[in-house]
Amino acid sequence: MANSLYGPLDPAPDAGYVDAPPRMGFFTDTSVCIGCKACEVACKEWNAVPDDGFDLLGQSYDNTGGLSANSWRHVAFIEQPRPDPVFLGMPGQDKPDFRWLMMSNVCKHCTHAGCLDVCPTGALFRTEFGTVVVQEDVCNGCGYCVAACPYGVIDRREGDGRAWKCTMCYDRIGDGLTPACAQACPTESIQYGELDVLREAAAERVAKLHAEGVESARLYGHSEEDGVGGDGAFFLLLDEPEVYGLPPDPVVTTKDLPDMWKRAGLAALTMAASVAVAFLGRRR
Amino acid sequence: MSPRGGDRPMVPKADFRSYYGRPIVRPAPWTHDVAAYLFTGGLAAGSALLAAGGQATGRPRLRRAGRVAALGAVAASGYFLVADLGRPERFHHMLRVAKPTSPMSVGVWIFSAFSAAAGVAAAAEAAPLVPSRFARKVLPPVGSAAGLAAGAIAPALATYTAVLLADTATPSWHAAYPELPFVFAGSALASGAGVGLIADPGPPARRMAVLGAALELYGAHRIETTKGLLSEPYATGKAGRLLRTGRTLTAAGVAGAVLGKRSRVVSALSGLSLLAASAITRFGIFDGGMASARDPQYTVVPQKERIAGKMPD
Ligand code: SF4
Ligand code: SF4
Repeated sequence: MANSLYGPLDPAPDAGYVDAPPRMGFFTDTSVCIGCKACEVACKEWNAVPDDGFDLLGQSYDNTGGLSANSWRHVAFIEQPRPDPVFLGMPGQDKPDFRWLMMSNVCKHCTHAGCLDVCPTGALFRTEFGTVVVQEDVCNGCGYCVAACPYGVIDRREGDGRAWKCTMCYDRIGDGLTPACAQACPTESIQYGELDVLREAAAERVAKLHAEGVESARLYGHSEEDGVGGDGAFFLLLDEPEVYGLPPDPVVTTKDLPDMWKRAGLAALTMAASVAVAFLGRRR
Repeated sequence: MSPRGGDRPMVPKADFRSYYGRPIVRPAPWTHDVAAYLFTGGLAAGSALLAAGGQATGRPRLRRAGRVAALGAVAASGYFLVADLGRPERFHHMLRVAKPTSPMSVGVWIFSAFSAAAGVAAAAEAAPLVPSRFARKVLPPVGSAAGLAAGAIAPALATYTAVLLADTATPSWHAAYPELPFVFAGSALASGAGVGLIADPGPPARRMAVLGAALELYGAHRIETTKGLLSEPYATGKAGRLLRTGRTLTAAGVAGAVLGKRSRVVSALSGLSLLAASAITRFGIFDGGMASARDPQYTVVPQKERIAGKMPD
């Protein structure tokens, strides 16, 4: 139990599964993402996620904005001036002075998931694959998970009142199928598989990019040593995490929970003592 | 790098990058019902303690006022708790589990136990009006037991809400976790004292007011000054105005409670002032946290500083 709130851990056995299958995950390699949004669409189709209205946000080619109750994959588009113009093989301009970063964001299926820790109904649960899923017949829409996610992923759906997010296609992977987004991705930017295998593939990919001179390539969420014990869905990024709308150093809030209860206990004792002093002092 | 922890009244404008300025963490989807619950839950706890003190030291008027106020506040709390759910009809789903990692789950059980005790204690006050002689005999001792039970649970009821807010990714709530329970404990004491000052002003209520206000003011001061950038949302905007107003009303309430000993009217006004201060302070803390979640700088900058501190340079 020592690691149940923080640190490296295999979540499914920790949650009580005996003979759990290997932990499954996503590796999203943003260096090959072409921003086609096939993942966003495939996710909506398979999971019957309602549409979220037609908004033009005026933010590059992104009119989804971010992950929400109604967007479980979100493709971010970042337009940046390019410090080191390189030849991309595009006709007309051999050295563009800007670059596009594209990244398909998703729930991280954290090893230590704040959303799951704080859920008071047990609606959020850990699956045998180590993923984190909401049971819609249990959730009462208290909204606590929404505030507890360090990535701002899970969200309460307007009108419906319950919390929704990516399930890593729990209904598909149980039957040995690939989640809809990874299935639809034409460039294998989204890779699905056993987390251990994906972590190795990702380390190789980063080494290769570094060897090719892409110094900015880095992994995000791959390390068991990070603040959430590693993400079940991790990324290869080409810039700082916050540029993509990701927190630079997320830490699961429940890491401090034992300390919080201690402080609350101390305050409660102080409160009781104050009342005793107030009533037992002199009569006037 | 600016020092973390130490007093830093002037926070320089943060330099950070983000995705089109959009928030990173999500603010809780809670309305001010939750802020109101923070107040009414604290008021219920403070009143139950006032009642228990009155009961233990033979002050029936304090006991009665405390019990009645606790029941009223508990009823309001129940309403606010359920009203803010996305699916209010599923409130009871919280009773299917008891989860120590979820402050809301822990809190629901504390609240349930407290409500039962406070309800019985308040009902016992109606003993003299009951026609049955048997009931007139049995109710007061049952009420005493319930009153002491409510008083024993009250400190937990008043402080768990601080853990409820702090155990989130909301930057300024989480950062405030060491002091937040003291603010809420103090605020609850002060509001209970307010009930006492209105119903039966005397030394116990005055002392409770002073001690409660001291805790509340001390804790709030720490939160507003020692969290670096994360103190800023409590000092600026709507939250800043609310917290300043709360502080003024607390100070006025304590001054009135101490200096206005001889006047029923001044005492009652001081009590009202403390009650208002408690409510306004809760709204301020609530709004400060929400503001910190809406602006990505409060997520990015402290985390960047943490990384910089971790990396040897
Ligand atoms: S990213 Fe957020 S919603 Fe997804 S598992 Fe982690 S805490 Fe839960
Ligand atoms: S909104 Fe639903 S899933 Fe989220 S914490 Fe509350 S009950 Fe659990």
